[in-house]
Amino acid sequence: MAAALVLLALLSSQAMAQDVRPYEIVGDAIPVPLTGAKGDPARGRAIVVDRQRGLCLLCHAGPFPEQRFQGNLAPDLAGVGTRWSEGQLRLKIVDSRRLNPATIMPPYYAMDSLVRVGRNWQDKPVLSAEQVEDVVAFLTTLTETP
Amino acid sequence: MRGVLKGFALTAGFGGALGICISLAIAQAPPSERKSGFEFMSPESQATQQDDFSNPGMLWVAEGEALWNAKAGATGRSCAECHGDAAVSMKGVAARYPVFFAGSGRPIDLQSRINVCRKTNQDTTPFPLESRELLALSAFIGRQSRGMPITTGEDKRLDPFRARGQELYEQRQGQLNFSCANCHDNNWGRRLASSVIPQSHPTGYPLYRLEWQGLGSLQRRLRNCMIGVRAEPYPYGSQEYVELELFLMTRAMGMPLETPAVRP
Repeated sequence: MAAALVLLALLSSQAMAQDVRPYEIVGDAIPVPLTGAKGDPARGRAIVVDRQRGLCLLCHAGPFPEQRFQGNLAPDLAGVGTRWSEGQLRLKIVDSRRLNPATIMPPYYAMDSLVRVGRNWQDKPVLSAEQVEDVVAFLTTLTETP
Repeated sequence: MRGVLKGFALTAGFGGALGICISLAIAQAPPSERKSGFEFMSPESQATQQDDFSNPGMLWVAEGEALWNAKAGATGRSCAECHGDAAVSMKGVAARYPVFFAGSGRPIDLQSRINVCRKTNQDTTPFPLESRELLALSAFIGRQSRGMPITTGEDKRLDPFRARGQELYEQRQGQLNFSCANCHDNNWGRRLASSVIPQSHPTGYPLYRLEWQGLGSLQRRLRNCMIGVRAEPYPYGSQEYVELELFLMTRAMGMPLETPAVRP
């Protein structure tokens, strides 16, 4: 099962999207950073609260007292670093569809199987590999549950 | 609603009528669970819509009334010269649009229908889509049906187009990969940042949106959502918008028309 997932991920990410680096899915996680290096949590926090880049707070609330108008379509990000491992968080951000085809979580680092992508957004993922790693690094620090 | 059921009973014939009525009721959300966007608004915004003297959409209605009575085109005819008193002739019209248009073999929305009339009966150029004039005339005509139940979709010839509209509604799209249904069927009542997600019943178009500081059509509103999910919006006047409107209006069947509505 895991091997099949790995193969699928490699095939589809290479065939469909040249700008997306290949990654390896093991079970429900991507254990190795997309860039080969850990991200920067401070930069990750800035992306998470940025409503043009990360867009996270449109749907999620979280421990960001300075941020008004946080959404409630998706789970609170408080304590997310205790609920999921780094590798699990990475796959959830990269392409949550691989875990749950019915998810409304956007695929942040995938370009396959998308329909009618706007002209300004074509041929690029929502976040770069570096940005994904920054966000992962930040989310793993959210270990306090409300 | 009685009229709707009667229409289906007539087209379905004697034996099958009851079954069709029941399956129709199951396919759509029960009326008790359907909510107009009006119900998600603050009391202040609700009061603004309900008071004609504070509803900014009434400025467009007044302008539309003037256009209704103004002579136009090579024939020098006004809308009123053929249609008479709009309070009589246009009553209920907006509540049944889009309708099947035999001239094209496709559904047509109210704005495009006004332009057809301009061309064929007034012999003049169409108003540009989303122009102030076309919105004003649409608002004036829509106003004549305010409070009347939506009856769109009774014509069986509309069925394949409505089905296509539903497909579009359920199709995920854009870089963020959302369908309309993801939010408006499955997450209505929740907050997308500061905004409460409504059920997307197009009960008050054209409507005054505070965010726009102006009156706009359903097509403009649909474009807003498409841009929000980072999809490529269809050009104004596209068949896809008409099909989406047809689906949404049929889904809102029986709800009262609010034109000109006010929304945040």
